[in-house]
Amino acid sequence: MTERNLLFGPEDDVSRDSGYDEHPPRVGFFTDTSVCIGCKACEVACKEWNHVPEDGLDLLGMSMDNTGMLGANSWRHVAFVEQRRPAGQEGGWSLPDEMTAQVEPRLRAAPRGGSELGTTPLPSPGSGAVQDLGMPTFSRPGDGTGAEARTDFRWLMESDVCKHCTHAGCLDVCPTGALFRTEFGTVVVQQDICNGCGYCVSGCPYGVIDRRPGDGRANKCTLCYDRLHDGLEPACAKACPTQSIQFGELDELRERADRRLAELHGQGVAEAELYGRDPDDGVGGHGALFLLLDKPEVYGLPPDPVVPTRFAPEIWRRVGTAAAAFAVAGIGAFVSAAFGNRR
Amino acid sequence: MNGDHSPAHGPRRAVAEVAGQPPGDVASYYGRPVLKTPVWEWKVAAYLFTGGLAAGTAVIAAGADLTGAARLRRACWLGSLGALLASLVLLVADLGRPERFHHMLRVAKPTSPMSVGTWILSAFGPGVGAAAIWEMVPVRWRSSWPARLLRAVSRGLGLASAATAPGVATYTAALLSHTAVPGWQEVRAELPFVFAGSAAASGGGFGMLAAPVLEAAPARRFAALGATGELVASRLMEQRMGLIREVYHQGAAGRRRRGAELLTLAGLAGTVLVAGRSRAGAAASGLALLGGSALQRFGVFEAGVASTKDPRYTVVPQRERLDAAARDRSAVTG
Amino acid sequence: MGSNMAEAHPVGFQWVMEAKLRGARVVHVDPRFTRTSALAHQYVRIRAGTDIAFLGGVVNHVLSNDLDFREYVAAYTNAAFLVNEQFADTEDLDGLFSGYDPATGDYDTTTWDYEGASQRETGPMETGMGGPRIAGVAEIAQDPSLEHSRCVFQILKRHFSRYTPEMVERVCGVPPDQFRQVCEAWTSNSGRERTAALIYSVGWTQHTVGAQNIRAGAIVQLLLGNVGRPGGGIYALRGHANIQGSTDIPTLFDLLPGYLPMPRAGQADLTAYLDRVRARTQKGYWEEADAYFVSLLKEYFGDAATSDNDFGFGWLPRINGDHGTYRTTMDMIDGRVFGYVVMGQNPAVGSANGRLQRLALANLDWLVVRDLAMIETASFWKDSPEIETGEIAPEQCRTEVFFFPAASHVEKAGTFTQTQRMVQWRQKGAEPIGDQRSDLWFFHQLCRRIRDRVADSTDPRDVSLQRLAWDYRTEGSGDDAEPDPEDVLRRINGIDLATGRTVDTFTDLRADGSTACGCWQYSGIYKDEVNQAARRKPHVEQGPYDPEWGWTWPANRRLLYNRASADLGGRPWSERKRLVWWDPDRGRWTGNDVPDFPVSTPPGYVPPEGARGPEALRGDDPFIMQADGKAWLFAPAGVIDGPLPTHYEPHESPVRNPLYGQQSNPTRRVYPRPENPYDPSPPEPNTDVFPFVLTAARLTEHHTAGGMSRLLPYLSELQPELFVEVSPQLARLRGLTHLGWAHVVTSRAAVEARVYVTDRMAPLRLDGRVIHQVWLPYHWGPTGLVTGDVVNDLLGIVTDPNVLIQESKVATCDVLPGRRPRGAELTALLARLRSRAGITPITGTQLVTTGTEPPEEGP
Repeated sequence: MTERNLLFGPEDDVSRDSGYDEHPPRVGFFTDTSVCIGCKACEVACKEWNHVPEDGLDLLGMSMDNTGMLGANSWRHVAFVEQRRPAGQEGGWSLPDEMTAQVEPRLRAAPRGGSELGTTPLPSPGSGAVQDLGMPTFSRPGDGTGAEARTDFRWLMESDVCKHCTHAGCLDVCPTGALFRTEFGTVVVQQDICNGCGYCVSGCPYGVIDRRPGDGRANKCTLCYDRLHDGLEPACAKACPTQSIQFGELDELRERADRRLAELHGQGVAEAELYGRDPDDGVGGHGALFLLLDKPEVYGLPPDPVVPTRFAPEIWRRVGTAAAAFAVAGIGAFVSAAFGNRR
Repeated sequence: MNGDHSPAHGPRRAVAEVAGQPPGDVASYYGRPVLKTPVWEWKVAAYLFTGGLAAGTAVIAAGADLTGAARLRRACWLGSLGALLASLVLLVADLGRPERFHHMLRVAKPTSPMSVGTWILSAFGPGVGAAAIWEMVPVRWRSSWPARLLRAVSRGLGLASAATAPGVATYTAALLSHTAVPGWQEVRAELPFVFAGSAAASGGGFGMLAAPVLEAAPARRFAALGATGELVASRLMEQRMGLIREVYHQGAAGRRRRGAELLTLAGLAGTVLVAGRSRAGAAASGLALLGGSALQRFGVFEAGVASTKDPRYTVVPQRERLDAAARDRSAVTG
Repeated sequence: MGSNMAEAHPVGFQWVMEAKLRGARVVHVDPRFTRTSALAHQYVRIRAGTDIAFLGGVVNHVLSNDLDFREYVAAYTNAAFLVNEQFADTEDLDGLFSGYDPATGDYDTTTWDYEGASQRETGPMETGMGGPRIAGVAEIAQDPSLEHSRCVFQILKRHFSRYTPEMVERVCGVPPDQFRQVCEAWTSNSGRERTAALIYSVGWTQHTVGAQNIRAGAIVQLLLGNVGRPGGGIYALRGHANIQGSTDIPTLFDLLPGYLPMPRAGQADLTAYLDRVRARTQKGYWEEADAYFVSLLKEYFGDAATSDNDFGFGWLPRINGDHGTYRTTMDMIDGRVFGYVVMGQNPAVGSANGRLQRLALANLDWLVVRDLAMIETASFWKDSPEIETGEIAPEQCRTEVFFFPAASHVEKAGTFTQTQRMVQWRQKGAEPIGDQRSDLWFFHQLCRRIRDRVADSTDPRDVSLQRLAWDYRTEGSGDDAEPDPEDVLRRINGIDLATGRTVDTFTDLRADGSTACGCWQYSGIYKDEVNQAARRKPHVEQGPYDPEWGWTWPANRRLLYNRASADLGGRPWSERKRLVWWDPDRGRWTGNDVPDFPVSTPPGYVPPEGARGPEALRGDDPFIMQADGKAWLFAPAGVIDGPLPTHYEPHESPVRNPLYGQQSNPTRRVYPRPENPYDPSPPEPNTDVFPFVLTAARLTEHHTAGGMSRLLPYLSELQPELFVEVSPQLARLRGLTHLGWAHVVTSRAAVEARVYVTDRMAPLRLDGRVIHQVWLPYHWGPTGLVTGDVVNDLLGIVTDPNVLIQESKVATCDVLPGRRPRGAELTALLARLRSRAGITPITGTQLVTTGTEPPEEGP
């Protein structure tokens, strides 16, 4: 039977704990990045179906990625990671400096440090601003043109999406009840309730949800709640040509993910790992699992995210103690005053 | 982090020497942040201050009421109401859909500090309002029976409000810490004390500024206790910080925090040394404390915002946690 | 090879991914590391335009190590056939075959004949689908042991003997270890038990050796027994959704539906035409081309077509040379063409030498553009780059442009034919908005109006219009009338005129005028009066080849030449790879697919003397459309530039051909004109002015010339700006910074783009030199949500002689930092570059370079 873990930890029946006595099985995604071809059909299908606005005609220079991040106006985001290493070496993949050296300063100079991507474009660079940074002056082994300079290269692609966490930071902190757990175990914003307080934006440990400028309300993937009601799979999974995005019942997806991981490990892809598979992780596991070919942070994902509610008991204890101290100070100020007056 | 991971990318700035931090850089996605920067603007930072001020002044007003310090009481109830009204304006204005502010009252949600805060403010506000309205009743009408009735009701309500003031003063620490923002989440143990102290210092400071020296002794004591508490808690907080110490030290947040410490120290010194003797000294000390409190709130707010703009603050502690857990596991399995 | 399938054909690439999941090994050979490479087991970087050297190396590897599927090769290909004594190979003539005429730049192919038979006709477009006619196939001399020095097998061996791994490295820049890995993967996955598939796309076709690239791939696949067998084959990925359909029922000047050749000037009557199309003594189904052609004429002219008037053959227009798109464009500039109808194409952005295209458009009297959106081809007069340079003045441009908004594919019913030849019906999903109309409406209304105009004409040229039996069933009336697309499909299928019912298959067609058929190879698509292309039986409800999903020409056959999936005795080569086989009990071919062979001709059948057509096929002649029933390792005719593929350098190349004195294809079509200068290539001097290899292609996120993507925010935001990909090494060499600006220059144009510094591009080391390649996507133009320079402006027009396709996959260029100059300064820059390179109208047009100098040796 279900162990109720309202704040963190594994939870077998997240819908029931949200008040649905009778409900369909929990559903989610399994995104297998090892077969992603980076076509971005998921991004387009999502926007078409959900009427998500354009988020900026902005050349980002992050390989083929011109979306940059999930956000209020990008509910699917395909990450492109170009990596090199000296030929024949084990591990040791790294992003090319040539790109990061030009991309990162522009991100850092943006009002939200680049986290506005997926919601709004970056400010356009002043004319020539990028050029003035000059050509790269560093050099590495392997920069020469001789045969000894050969480097290995690989190109990782990953379609990112809201994780529909078992313990969803956005949902927990929402003060209006606009964010809710659906009968399918997914997490959705009710647009008629949300008043744009923005707390969910900071409650999400993945940087997924954001407020839509001009509209003021929070927006993120709904896992196509409307389509689920009609027995359809979400638009992104439907559009994915290579079944990199698989939709289904979460229990079944977890098994599929385990099988695929074992298969890849068997083929010698040692660095393959599942992300969001473990119900004991900081968010009680994802509704949207990922099979990654490198560490999560390489794709811009947090390696060990924790839902804020995990700290809630500790926080409130400290707040209580501080409040008590505050009260004692207040009383003390007057009690001693009373003594003082008497003196 | 496994040893074969390449260091050759990511931000190039030097990482401060922090115990346990790996040297070099961290894997990231072209340096892009992992988290969304808070959408909250300066209004929320300002509210942290005004909310604390409302709570601090309410406590003094109630104390003054009970101890019969009428001018301190009057000043502080009015100050509390002013700070409260400012708070409400700031909070509503920061909403994406301000006309829907009342949706906050749809639910009471213990997992949302903002919801908890909403209800604390709802409990706090009416009493402050009632007490302040009484203070605004002209003296010549005060003996009329409706005024007397108002006085009776508002006094009770005001005292009740003061009882919720500690919550108002401190829940904002939970509001910030109960997020994924590293700069706020990681200071969750100390921040309530910083904010409690800051609220007390600002409330006391306001009392010193607005009430005559003779009546303001409790305000001075409250301010001194608060300022001391804030300074100690703030120092402690900084000592315990990991990588995020950078964001508390650098940039605007660092400047404001240093300013806050200086002003609070100065205010504290003034409170202890001159505020009891000189009206001008009291006013100056009170202003310094108010300024220090405000800068503290802005400093903490901005440090948190800055901590979301660089993936290192998210990734490094989490990666360390994972690696430590992996080390523990391998130690267990031998 | 020559395909970026994951990006250009992502939906089809799902099957590659599925094959990979099932254990297939995926190898990608390309100048650029693409999204396809990212998913492949092995990626091999190759210099653009050197595929034949690579494939020739594979052929050499196969033949030198006896790795060919000998039984298959000996029986099903023309390996055993002997070739004319007069034939001389490129090995003998320094890169030329025998029969070259420097005056015409063409071959006399007589010396390429089989011994004992004659072909004589040249040009694939003269004989259509069946390839060249061959008279006297029964008399071809053969050596089944494949030992005779003049047999095709030995000629092939000699021809590619110098294509060693070391030579592959010198030409292609592929290190020998990588090359060997590819050879081993290919050969070890071919043979009796295994098959390998070869996929190409326009990266192979858009070259001056385009047809020969595919020939080279076909030779490898035939030697390894990978044709006509499940899991094998050569997949031609087309440039658009329905390009296959638009060549089956073509929009090409030299073909009629069903790959029947267009009549030529001088063909006096039907007999003269048919005698050019096929020989009465040849084998196979093309011998029956008369039935296909007469049925087509009956469909065109109905009752007016009778045996007395050659079924209206005289009313068909004739061609007398090259009337291809580039020739026509140049004729516009020269004032020989006055009007132009452009549909579903955006030549102002999408065709090579964009400036020449736009100058041509500006010299017309009238121009009709039908498209989904206002594209640059319609708006060139006000937004061309030439306005900035003063070459086009909007107020003076006299071209009158008529723009017709077109209905999109979801706004009309019809078919798509994909690369497997599968025809799939699609329903109308939404009504067109406003003035948008379907193509059927447009042509029906155009035809109606023109016929009204010429109804009383006595001009002989109007007779064909007057006699046209334009009698489709229509919906609506008057100006709204529009043919019912299903009726059009039914007429394409063909009708038995005696019964008025649809015919079942193309063998029902007759040359006596008793059948009418719009395209013989689609016969059967409306079998039993049912739209077979609209079938949608789910995969789970039918067999492995899903015969009831859509309809595949010919005869709903999923795999062409599938007789080759069985051995000489009619048994599958292996149980694992079985597809069709001979059932001795029932005395017929059977299996999982519709057999591509006369169904009751037994495996060991030897036809009687004097047999012709299908009856002349031996039991081991699987290639039933070929005049000799065999697959051609050696093409005795029909390919203009040689019976065997040979490595020629691209028309513009920084590299001297290391194999032969002959630098480039000696039969390529060059167009020396002031608007079409060429960059110099060895042995010409000054090749250092344009030292880098330029190649261009598509991105997943945009659609070709951008008409279907640059106006859509959801696509534009995914690739908002033109960029040029360079290697980190080239970036250092030229001072380029990631996300900075650069301009790419050729003798034709300068195009500015944002710089992408990426390891996906890397320099090649070959013959002691470092060769840099640069790549650009070509989707942008001056209009739309996202705009950019027209990359096709960089390219010159030079074409493959067989099919007149432009060499747009490779040219030479330089890359300069910063934005390009504008206006007069731009013109001056280009003039300066041309002068530095010593470019004259003659540059690049000297076709023969044998004997000029020996190939450079590496240090």
